Amino acid sequence: MSVAILRQGTYLIASIQSDLSDREVLELRHQLSELVGSYSTRGIVIDVAALDVIDSFVARSMRSIVLTAKLRGAETVIVGIQPDVAIAMVQFRLNLEPLRVALDLDAAIASLDRLTRRDAVDGG
Amino acid sequence: MEDEVRVSIDSDADLVAARAAGRAMAERLGFPRPDPTLIATAISEVARNIVVHVGSGEIVLRPFQDADRYGLVVVASDEGPGIRDIEVALRDEYSGRGGLGLGLAGARRLMDDFEIASDADTGTTVTMRKWRYRDELARLREERRRRA
Repeated sequence: MSVAILRQGTYLIASIQSDLSDREVLELRHQLSELVGSYSTRGIVIDVAALDVIDSFVARSMRSIVLTAKLRGAETVIVGIQPDVAIAMVQFRLNLEPLRVALDLDAAIASLDRLTRRDAVDGG
Repeated sequence: MEDEVRVSIDSDADLVAARAAGRAMAERLGFPRPDPTLIATAISEVARNIVVHVGSGEIVLRPFQDADRYGLVVVASDEGPGIRDIEVALRDEYSGRGGLGLGLAGARRLMDDFEIASDADTGTTVTMRKWRYRDELARLREERRRRA
């Protein structure tokens, strides 16, 4: 499989292992939205370090994953965007809203901890 | 000099091969980072355009070299119904079928030259180039001259 999905407490960590075809990107979106429900997931980390191209389709799919997860009650953080990929995304002018990013897994988990705690406070 | 590489595009899985072939050729030609990634991303967009709008076509990658420059030409062609209004298709907000206008407009920004030829009889050909001066100073002089 080209994506390994691990569970850590109430978080899911999806680690992409290689360049993905469009079909595999859509599969990932589907899998994640299913898993969010099964494990009362509060947060998702998607590790994209293995992707050496993030084009309009992948960016759109990421947005869709983030928004779908949010409707299912989970926040998403993207981690590991390669430096050259970041330059390409900026030059391409890809719409990155509402992607939340972190440099590495630790930072992503810390970010989710903050986000889900704030949710709990907001929600009373 | 290196030969051209042809990748036939029939499904979304072929995009992965086209991207990899473009990156490999860019690296062999000596393009510095991040150019191989920019080229691979642009190839991905024009290849997807073929898969989504027409179904099948071909990407040809061709190296070029002259006294001052080296570069890579990407030719994406299909025998589909053609793009009705190219100006509109290249607009950022154009969404065609599945929002691919953004893809073509973005691919154009990643490359140095970008041309589309399209009509209902012969289909669509996108030709895009990225090139580098062997001498970076010559490039800067050229850029300044063009801006003046």
